[in-house]
Amino acid sequence: MMSEDQVIVGLEVHCQLDTKSKLFCGCSTDYRSDGPNTHVCPVCLGLPGAMPVLNKRSIEYAMKVAKALNCTVLHESEFSRKNYFYPDLNKAYQITQYDKPLAEGGYLEIESDEGGERRIRLTRIHVEEDPGRLVHMGNAERGKYSLVDYNRAGIPLIEIVSEPDMRSPKEARKFLNKLRATLEYLSVFDSEKEGSLRVDANISIKGNERVEVKNITSYKGVEKALTFEVTRQKNLIRRGQRIERETRHFIESTGITQSSRSKEQEHDYRYFPEPDLRPLHVQSWMEGIVLPELPDARRERFVAQYGCSLNHARTLTGELKLANFFEHVVAADPKGLSTLAATWIADTLIGELNYRSMNLESVDAPGFTELIGILKSGILTDKSGIDVLRVMLDQRMNHQSCETSAAIVDRLKLRKVTSVTLEKSLTYEIVPNPILTAITEVLTEQPGAVDDFMKGKKGAFNFLVGQVMKKTRGCADPGELNRMLVEALKKKEV
Amino acid sequence: MEAHELSFEPDDRYNAFLAVCKKAPCGKGKLAGIAVAVKDNISTKGIETTCASKILKGYIPPYDAHAVELLRHAGAAIVGKTNMDEFGMGTTTENSAFGPTLNPCDTSRVPGGSSGGSAAAVAGNMVRMALGTDTGGSIRCPAAFCGIVGLKPTYGRVSRYGLIAYANSLEQIGPMGRTVSDVSTLLQVIAGKDRHDSTSYDRPYTHTPVADVKGLKIGIPGEYFGGGVDPKVAGVVKTAISRLEELGATTVPCSIPSMKFALAAYYVTCTCEASSNLARFDGVRYGPAADTKKSWHDAYKEVRKAGFGTEVRRRIMLGTFALSSGYYGKYYTKAQVARENVKADFARLFSEVDLLAGPTMPTIAFRLKEKSDPLSMYLSDILTVPANLAGIPAISVPCGKADGMPVGLQIMGRPFEDECVIDAAYAYEQAVK
Repeated sequence: MMSEDQVIVGLEVHCQLDTKSKLFCGCSTDYRSDGPNTHVCPVCLGLPGAMPVLNKRSIEYAMKVAKALNCTVLHESEFSRKNYFYPDLNKAYQITQYDKPLAEGGYLEIESDEGGERRIRLTRIHVEEDPGRLVHMGNAERGKYSLVDYNRAGIPLIEIVSEPDMRSPKEARKFLNKLRATLEYLSVFDSEKEGSLRVDANISIKGNERVEVKNITSYKGVEKALTFEVTRQKNLIRRGQRIERETRHFIESTGITQSSRSKEQEHDYRYFPEPDLRPLHVQSWMEGIVLPELPDARRERFVAQYGCSLNHARTLTGELKLANFFEHVVAADPKGLSTLAATWIADTLIGELNYRSMNLESVDAPGFTELIGILKSGILTDKSGIDVLRVMLDQRMNHQSCETSAAIVDRLKLRKVTSVTLEKSLTYEIVPNPILTAITEVLTEQPGAVDDFMKGKKGAFNFLVGQVMKKTRGCADPGELNRMLVEALKKKEV
Repeated sequence: MEAHELSFEPDDRYNAFLAVCKKAPCGKGKLAGIAVAVKDNISTKGIETTCASKILKGYIPPYDAHAVELLRHAGAAIVGKTNMDEFGMGTTTENSAFGPTLNPCDTSRVPGGSSGGSAAAVAGNMVRMALGTDTGGSIRCPAAFCGIVGLKPTYGRVSRYGLIAYANSLEQIGPMGRTVSDVSTLLQVIAGKDRHDSTSYDRPYTHTPVADVKGLKIGIPGEYFGGGVDPKVAGVVKTAISRLEELGATTVPCSIPSMKFALAAYYVTCTCEASSNLARFDGVRYGPAADTKKSWHDAYKEVRKAGFGTEVRRRIMLGTFALSSGYYGKYYTKAQVARENVKADFARLFSEVDLLAGPTMPTIAFRLKEKSDPLSMYLSDILTVPANLAGIPAISVPCGKADGMPVGLQIMGRPFEDECVIDAAYAYEQAVK
C-alpha cells in the first residue's frame, strides 16, 4: 500500500554500447586515451553532405538487451531527428528514436527494500547517438572559452526508460546496479569506461508534481541526488508549499540538485523522421539472439552448486567480473573452497579493494586462490589471512614485485601458533612454544593484572589475553591461547 | 591512371561559375578529359564549396561527394563549381549570395534554378556536361529555360553522399548536357549503390539510348495543360507530343487528382527538412566565426542572421514553424499523407501507361527580378515537384521555342525506369534533329 508521502521514481538510463565503431560511421570508439578530435570523420563531425550509415552491430547489441529485459522488439522502428542548438551537437540535431523505438515493454527484477524480488516495468528501449563533449576553460559560466571534442560524437547509446515503479532512492540504486550487471553479462557495456552511463531521474512524492533530475553520471550519484530530492520535496510539502514541475541538475561535487533556468527547459525538439535512414525491420533477428547466463540464473546456480548463502550469491553475481573471479578461485576444489571463498571475496576482498580504489583486475588470481587454500588448511588465523591479503594488494598497488601468499606467510611468520603445528611443522625448528613463552613473559611483566585476576576481576583476563596476543603479533590461535593462559594462571594460584 | 591536366579558362559572362579550376586534373575512362562542371552544393575535396551562401564562404570540403569521386575515376576534369540559388532554394538562381547567373539564350532573363549555373555553363558552351541537383525541379527547370537536357534520376539511383542537404527525402544529383546521349553517359558514371548512402539502391545504369517509342503508351495529365500554363508553351509541348505519336507511341489523356495538394506538400516537406539540415551552420565550425565575447546563443543568432539570405531564412522559419509542437500534425503529417496520395496516383497511372508527358515549366524563362514575390515563384514549380514527391525519374528535353525562348518537354516514368524515360527523350531529340 502506498502511504501518503510515498516516493515515486522512474529512471531514464543512457548507456554507451561497447561496439568497436560508432553508430553511424566507421570511426573507432576507443577514444579515451587519445587526443581531442582524433576519432572523427565527415559523418561524426556532421560535415555538410555526410550521411549516416547504421552500424548493424549496435542494433544487435541493443536487441540483446531488449531480449534480456523481456522487451518486445517492434515490427518497424525508425530514427528521428531531435533538433536543438548546442555547441557540442555537430549537426544541431541528434539522431535518436522517438515515436517508433526499437523495443517496448519488458521488466527488470530487483531485490526490494523489504527483501524478495520486485519487478520494475520498463517503458521502452531506444538507440541514439552520443553528442560531442565541451571542455570548459575555467568554469562554464565565467570561463574564457570552451573547446569542443567530437571524439564522443556518434558513440552508440541505448536509452532504457523505466516506468515510475521504484519507491525509494535505494531501489533506484539497486535497479541501476542490476541493470549494469545485466548489460555486462551480455558483453555490450563496460561500466568502467568514464561517462559510459548517464541517468535522468523523475521523482515525485505521491500526489505532487514530478521533478526531473538530469546530469547524474555515477551509480552512487543516483541515490544521492534522489535522497536530496526526497528531503527537499518533503520539506516543501511540510511547509505547505507547492512542488513545481521542473528540470533540475545534479551537482556531483556537492550532492545537491539545482533548478535549471526556466528558459532552457522550454525546448521544442521538433522531432521528425530522419530522411537519410530507412525504417528498421529487425524483429526477425530476435530468434537468432542467444542470451548468456544472466545474473538471476547465475545467483540461483551459485546457491545450488556452491552452497553460497543468498546474500553472498547476490553480491558475487552482482558484477560479472566478481562472479567470474569466484568461479575461477574455486575451480580446483569447488566443494572444499566455495564457502570460504565466497566469504572471503564478498566480505573481505571487496572492502579491501574499495579502500584502495583498486579493481578486481589488479588482484593476482592464483595468489588469492593459494591464500584461500592456506586458509582452508587452517594454518592461518582470519586476522593473519587479512594481513596476507593486505600485503598482496599493497604490493600490487605499489607495483612492487609480488610474493606468493605462502612466501608472505613465511616471511611474516604468520603461521597459526599451536603446539600441533609446531610438532608437524617441518619449516620451523623445534623451539619452546612461543605462546607459552609469551604467557610466561606477560605474567612476569604484569603482576598487577595477575593480582586483579586473582581477586576475581574478569576484565584482567581479557587484558592478559590481549598482551599475549600482542607479543605473538596476532599469530596465536585464540582458543589455544585461552586454554594455555587459564592453565598458567591456575599454576600461579597453586 | 595516367594523370593529365585540362586548362580551363572560360569566358564566364553569365556568372555561371563560383569557382574555376584553371588546371583541372583528369585521367582515362569513360569521361577522359571531358570538362564537367559541378553544382556548388556538391562537395569537392580541396575546392571551395559554398552552396552560394555567405555562411559557407571559405569552406573547403576534406572529402569528395560519391558522385564526384565517380567522375574523377571516369577521367573527367572537374573544372569548377557552378552558381545556384542559395542552398538550392529558388527557381531562378537569383538567390545567390554571389550575384545572379544570366540565361545564355537571353541575358535579360534568368537561367532558371536552382541549378542555373550548371545549365548556363552547358548552354553557354563552357563545358560539355554538368552535375545539377533536383529537389523540386532544380535540374529540369534550368534545363528547360536554357534549352538543354536535364534528368532527375529515380530517388536512390544516384548517391547523395556529399550533396549538402536541403531536403533529403526529395533531392537527387543528376546529369545535365546538350544532348540526351551526354546525359545518359554521365548517368552511367554516377549511378549505383553507395555504401555511404543508405537510401541508394543497387541499380546501376548501363543503358545506351535507343531511339524507339513504338508501342509505348504515354499519359497526358490534364493538370499539365491547365490554368497557369502559358498557352504558347502548352502549344509547343503538344506539338512535341504529337511528334512522339508519329514515332509510334500512343497517347491517352489522364489525370493526377492529388496535384492540387502537391505544391503544399512539397513546400512543407522541404522547408521542414531544410530547417533541420541548415541548423548546423552556426559559426562554430565553418563560415565566419562566432563572436566569442557573446554567449553562444547570441553568437549563433548573429552569425545565422548575417550568413543566410532572405529566402533561406524564410524557409528555415517556415519549416521550424511547421515542425513545432502543436503544428506538426497539422502540417508535416498532412504533407506526408498528401505525398502518399501523389505516389498512389502515379502508381495507378503507371499501371496503365508507360510514361507521362507534359511541359517542364508553365512558362518560358522569367525576366530578371520578375519573380520578386516568393509565392509566385513557388507556384512555378507546380509541374516539376510531383516527380520529386513520388521519387520517379523525369527528364526535360528541349522541344522548340515560345517567344524566342526554349521550351522543355518533360517525360516522367516508373521508378528505376530511367532508361525508358531517356529512350523517349532520345527518340524525340533524334527525330527533330
